[in-house]
Amino acid sequence: MKASFTLNGAAHSANVPAETLLSEYLRDHLGLTGTHIGCDTSQCGACNVLVNGESAKACTLLVATLDGAGVTTIEGLGSEDSLHPMQKAFKSAHALQCGFCTPGMVIAGVAIAQRHGADLLDETIRHELEGNLCRCTGYQNIVAAIANGAREMAK
Amino acid sequence: MTPFDMKRPRSLSEAQSAFSGDAAFLAGGHTLIPAMKSRLRAVETLVDLSTVPGLDSIAIEDDRLLIGAMARHAAVAASAVVRKAIPGLAALASGIGDPQVRNRGTMGGSVANNDPAADYPAAVLALDAIVETTHGSHSAEDYFQGMFATALADGEIITRISFRIPLSSAYAKHPHPASRYALAGVYVARHADGVRVAVTGATTQVVRWPEAEAAIAAGTSLDALSLQSVDLAADIHASADFRGHLAGVMLRKAASELR
Repeated sequence: MKASFTLNGAAHSANVPAETLLSEYLRDHLGLTGTHIGCDTSQCGACNVLVNGESAKACTLLVATLDGAGVTTIEGLGSEDSLHPMQKAFKSAHALQCGFCTPGMVIAGVAIAQRHGADLLDETIRHELEGNLCRCTGYQNIVAAIANGAREMAK
Repeated sequence: MTPFDMKRPRSLSEAQSAFSGDAAFLAGGHTLIPAMKSRLRAVETLVDLSTVPGLDSIAIEDDRLLIGAMARHAAVAASAVVRKAIPGLAALASGIGDPQVRNRGTMGGSVANNDPAADYPAAVLALDAIVETTHGSHSAEDYFQGMFATALADGEIITRISFRIPLSSAYAKHPHPASRYALAGVYVARHADGVRVAVTGATTQVVRWPEAEAAIAAGTSLDALSLQSVDLAADIHASADFRGHLAGVMLRKAASELR
């Protein structure tokens, strides 16, 4: 199956078996290993990417259905030299310990800021984080980072 | 996943012709794809409905709210039309699964799957909805036929769901903390000609609750009500008695939000 979509801002054409999941395509075919596979059962959100600006679990998307879509992975947000404001916010708020869930959390944070704006209530952030699991931090600093990151994104 | 062919039809008639052999329709895919990954389900042909135009509209016609089958949960939750006409339905949609599920999952997919703990079936039954399909239409009463069973024939596609706009309605659920499916979910709707109460999650299929309907209509106390039914579900998450009790708690919560 062929699918043409925008990947991290560049035009991309995929030609894959119909059963290919976006998570395995990103990691195994393109080497974009920032998209993590945690549970692989559509629950943990470690594989979170943006599809047309909305958060989506890459382990539950077939590449063949993405024709015409815009996909952004953690690699498309920033680089080591030039972090995205949400990545910076996670760093300064100590919003990670082991880091496994972090790419998905950062993507979720960007999606929350894009949907709800710069002034986020903790309640909104927590409701919108229900699809992302962290087993280290207890979420306090993640919620704080997303609130800070959303303000920075608006600047 | 077991390999399959995928069809991406451009119309409902193309979708129906593409459905042959061991086939399934793909809506939002947030039940079907996990089921296929875990090999609970294998298909020869997957027919993607996301390429069929016009299936996600939301509109009001007379006393009914019409929602296209491919309308995503997030779109239903955010729709100004839904929030004005049936705020209880928008609130229900905003509590389905998690944000990523709501961004992809669709009303038609949920209703076609008829999971006994899904949220939408309770709204469909309490809001006296009509399930419109490529083959005709089904009243909510006729449509739900047991756990994961519906009136849909092979190859029949839900096109939209027509909800009767109530005077007031509300939904309350006690979600399973991990899956957010309902351990008990109760949708209460006050219509001009009576009250309809539907329960999901607590029972092996969505059911109406006549005693609760009568009590709300009569204005009598709901305090002593718990769901007594031979259909109560029991599993590692909750016993039948606990689910019956939770249904009562959710009934009182939903009823307290009725105007």
